[in-house]
Amino acid sequence: MNWLTDYIRPRIRSIVGDQKEVPDNLWTKCPSCEGMLFHRDLKDNLNVCYHCNHHLRITVKERLGYMFDEGKYETVPLPKVPFDPLKFKDRKKYADRLKDSQSKTGLKDAITVAKGTIGGQKAVIAAFNFSFMGGSMGAAVGEGIVLAAEQAVKDKAALICIPSSGGARMQEGMLSLIQMPRSIIAVEMVKDAKLPYIVLLTDPTTGGVSASFAMVGDIHLAEPGSTIGFAGRRVIEETVRETLPDDFQTAEYLLEHGMVDQVVNRKDLRDIIGRMLSMLMDPENKNVKKKANGKAAA
Amino acid sequence: MSQLEFEKPILELEAKISELRHVSSDSEVNIGDEIKRMQDKANRLLQQAYTKLTPAQKVQVARHQERPHMKDYLELLIGDFEPLAGDRNFAEDNALIGGIGRFKGRACVIMGHEKGNDTETRLHHNFGMARPEGYRKAQRLMKMASQFQLPVLTFVDTAGAYPGMGAEERGQSEAIAKSIEQCLRTDVPIISTIVGEGGSGGAIAIAVADKVYMLEHSIYSVISPEGCASILWRSGDYSEEAATALKLTAQDLYQMKLIDGIISEPMGGAHRHREETVKNVGQQVEAALKALTPWDGQQLIKARREKYIACGRNL
Ligand SMILES: [Zn+2]
Repeated sequence: MNWLTDYIRPRIRSIVGDQKEVPDNLWTKCPSCEGMLFHRDLKDNLNVCYHCNHHLRITVKERLGYMFDEGKYETVPLPKVPFDPLKFKDRKKYADRLKDSQSKTGLKDAITVAKGTIGGQKAVIAAFNFSFMGGSMGAAVGEGIVLAAEQAVKDKAALICIPSSGGARMQEGMLSLIQMPRSIIAVEMVKDAKLPYIVLLTDPTTGGVSASFAMVGDIHLAEPGSTIGFAGRRVIEETVRETLPDDFQTAEYLLEHGMVDQVVNRKDLRDIIGRMLSMLMDPENKNVKKKANGKAAA
Repeated sequence: MSQLEFEKPILELEAKISELRHVSSDSEVNIGDEIKRMQDKANRLLQQAYTKLTPAQKVQVARHQERPHMKDYLELLIGDFEPLAGDRNFAEDNALIGGIGRFKGRACVIMGHEKGNDTETRLHHNFGMARPEGYRKAQRLMKMASQFQLPVLTFVDTAGAYPGMGAEERGQSEAIAKSIEQCLRTDVPIISTIVGEGGSGGAIAIAVADKVYMLEHSIYSVISPEGCASILWRSGDYSEEAATALKLTAQDLYQMKLIDGIISEPMGGAHRHREETVKNVGQQVEAALKALTPWDGQQLIKARREKYIACGRNL
């Protein structure tokens, strides 16, 4: 970050006029403050605007890199699921939308499961990719969460879910709604094994995703400014004709209303989660119990 | 909405018949044959319409205001009903009502959405759209059911959870998520029936059960056809197409093995034969409860989980 990128560049552009929205790929405009961001500085800042701290949406690959120790992890292959089971077609075939998203992102669906360590603690992450059909949850995403939970139990690792999703994938009809209980069953498996389940709410987490696995964590963290809620803002405005506060359904609003434990800057996530896991998964916790039992028996 | 568009010719015919009946009782003219002929035709039309309802027509039937509601099920199926109110945190929610009562003699916890049937009761019940308090009361009642080992019967009939500022403020998402979680943790039989509209998260919040049934012309969907059309087709005009594409009928969902059975409605739909419909539901629920009794709570939970995990696999 330097004075040129911070100040001069936008100034020059305002003088010469906005002939080209972005001169080339080297520059990005912050979607929040519209400040110009130089790609290398933006990358160094974990895709967070260095003018206004707006947390930009990121790819799963970037996300996993930021979360795991030294950016090192191993992805767990997703199981096969029925392709377009409803043969759904709106203005476009769902099958085509799926194929487009797959070729655009290089991913099979909106979720990626990976394992590694965070602050030295074993963790499995199920992370959403918003650019894959809005991160919507269908059968593949549900299976991804089940897979992640099974992997966590198998490895005695923590489960961390990172939603970035508009909600259920309506092109899969009831098969998508049924992922709400399925994803919660996955979480139940982790809880039965007494392993930590942490949810990191990122922008956006709404609809059927927020009303299922995303709201039953042992700990809920959220990235600053993320939109988190059940019903969409527009739907609410149309239904109740109420004026909604500016910070309505933001991470900060949820913190204030008791639904989130901490709003955490992206750069601090790894440290904070690592610290939390080290306490929740401290082997001493079990020893204490054993000792107490021993005493009671004696 | 008291008149369904596709029923219009039938309703007109029925109106004529009752007019004729009136005339014939007033005068000496014998028009019995004519009445019979018209009645046969009306029945034929009804049968034709109801044996091949389109998904969009089923959406209308499922929302018909004369359809039996939660209160009818309580009145006709449940004895000694004692309503229980409040989530013990914030408020009572009249959109999702419940309590304890006897179903065929057995004490049960009963809960379901109530839409109301006139302006006053609709407002009182918030059109059957529950707020977080409704789902938190549902959790409270399920925990109580577990405590006293009472089976849980739920009746689903909602357009969806209420989209309001207060509802969001008090954690609508968390309330629904926890309600689903509680369904999965409850160590007594849960039997759920979609009796009208099964609207998205607000419906499934109390419909994660050992047995899930749907009335023949009820619907169960991830989103309303209108909402789906406005998002995917960018126009509400396509709600018929959306209703078809979403596969929201009982028949489609049974075929996909997402529900356990279909309860038939008398010819012409539940709104024409309220008591008979409620009786049919009662019979199915009784059979299901009998099959689940006696129960091993842990086994129930395990089987419930396995059932949902299997959903959608091997389609
Ligand atoms: Zn900015």
